[in-house]
Amino acid sequence: MNEAILKMYEREPKNWYMKIAIALLVVGLLAWSLSAVQSGNDTGEGIKIAGKIVNGIFHPDTKLLFDFTTSGVAYLLLETLCIAFLGTIVGAVLSVPLSFFAAFNLMPKPVALLFRVLIMAIRTIPAFVYGLMFIRVTGPGAFAGLLTMSLCSIGMISKMFIESIENLDIKILESLDAAGCTMFQKIRYGILPQLFPDFMSTLIYRFDMNLRDATVLGLVGAGGIGAPLIFAMSAYKWNQVGAILVGLVVLILIIEVISSKIRTRLISG
Amino acid sequence: MEFYDKVWKPQKLVLSNGKVVEEKRSRTPVILLLFIAATYLSVRITGFSFYTIMERGSQFFVILRQMLSPDFSYLGSIWKPLLDTIKMSLLGSFLGSILAVPFAILASYNLVKNKVVLAVVRVFLSIVRTIPTLVTALLATYIWGLGTMAGTFAITVFTFSYVGKQLYEMIETVDMGAYEAMEAIGAGRAYAFLSAILPQVLPGYLSVSLFCFEGNVRYAAILGYVGAGGLGLILNEKIGWREYDSVGMILLVLFGTVLLIETISHAIRKKLM
Repeated sequence: MNEAILKMYEREPKNWYMKIAIALLVVGLLAWSLSAVQSGNDTGEGIKIAGKIVNGIFHPDTKLLFDFTTSGVAYLLLETLCIAFLGTIVGAVLSVPLSFFAAFNLMPKPVALLFRVLIMAIRTIPAFVYGLMFIRVTGPGAFAGLLTMSLCSIGMISKMFIESIENLDIKILESLDAAGCTMFQKIRYGILPQLFPDFMSTLIYRFDMNLRDATVLGLVGAGGIGAPLIFAMSAYKWNQVGAILVGLVVLILIIEVISSKIRTRLISG
Repeated sequence: MEFYDKVWKPQKLVLSNGKVVEEKRSRTPVILLLFIAATYLSVRITGFSFYTIMERGSQFFVILRQMLSPDFSYLGSIWKPLLDTIKMSLLGSFLGSILAVPFAILASYNLVKNKVVLAVVRVFLSIVRTIPTLVTALLATYIWGLGTMAGTFAITVFTFSYVGKQLYEMIETVDMGAYEAMEAIGAGRAYAFLSAILPQVLPGYLSVSLFCFEGNVRYAAILGYVGAGGLGLILNEKIGWREYDSVGMILLVLFGTVLLIETISHAIRKKLM
């Protein structure tokens, strides 16, 4: 073989002990986590149930699917869509001040750190706990779901907002300053055009996710399509489960296609 | 959008050198109108009212205040479910990320030339991605019974769909030069993939998998609510008994764990990039 190639091979970093250590660590962690796999009833009944589930999903209850009254799939999907939409907006309204306070380039370090911990704490509380809290405020229903959704969105939305804020190009502000712009003009022409596409893109993405997570709300009776879905599941009505799932999957796919189109347009300008 | 330009004709501007340029009318009014209509509809359907929030908003803090004084004596019985949750997410993330690799390869248009295979695998991936994780977990509890197995399965499925999509997007943006050169000098496609494409996507792949693991730890706590094992199980129990000080303790432990895992994984991901 060519001598130059051999020389390059020799210069390759020899960190095999590091690699072995990492491999051992990963294998060890896996072996440790394998102990979590204990199934409740391994009597072979699982396969029968799985068959029933799959059968139900492929034979959806068409009466429920094409029922256009308030208990039909179409209306429930519309309600879910509305919960996700308003939830995202309210979440965004709450996130904007939080993320400005948590940006390291605008606030002193301790303040920003404090707000970051606050955002993380908001993110840690699971959705159904929020759901329970809000049901005390509004009673069960879509309104509670909306408020839950908005609090759950804060974590991710403000994380992305903070990133956009910290990537702000300060030079534009300086040149506007030099041109003698007022504070309002600086915000209108220097900051908003930079932040707006990023913010919108984040919100559309989050709307997508909220639509997907809306089933969690059904657990605590906070409106949307989650509750009927979970009722149908616990009553073993697999045809109804199938109908609801088909509706949900189609809706999410449509929204995903539209939102990814809008997002690519936003990013490419 | 072309229709829009026909109804509202573009504005004609004459520049100082005599040239005429057209500026298309702004789309903002239409978008704003649609937005307001959607908001109005949503407010009507969900029954949103500021009045209720003002009036009864304080009720929100009743449970929160009880949670803010966590019951430290309960700490002892949290460890096992917490470890279960971590194990579930670790195993699920690992299996899901591994499973995602072959599917991601089959879904990348620069490696697979067969359009039918591409379409089938992609549709499969997006359908799996749309099924809510909670539903997967609930279905899994019917098959494997209540326990961590169901949770692990749900996390595996979620990780599979998420990592799968990210990975095929990564593979598609890879520099194909090295791969083509290796094929040209007679290397098999598998060998060319291993030594030309894998090194390019490996850091990104590991990073996405770790990111997924971070999220899964938090998500696994919710899964317990449907009986899929872990922290959610005791969380559900304590909420049922209205022992909110214990709930607060569970959430505090979860917060600490997530913070720790995120810090470690963040450090590793920074090194990978």
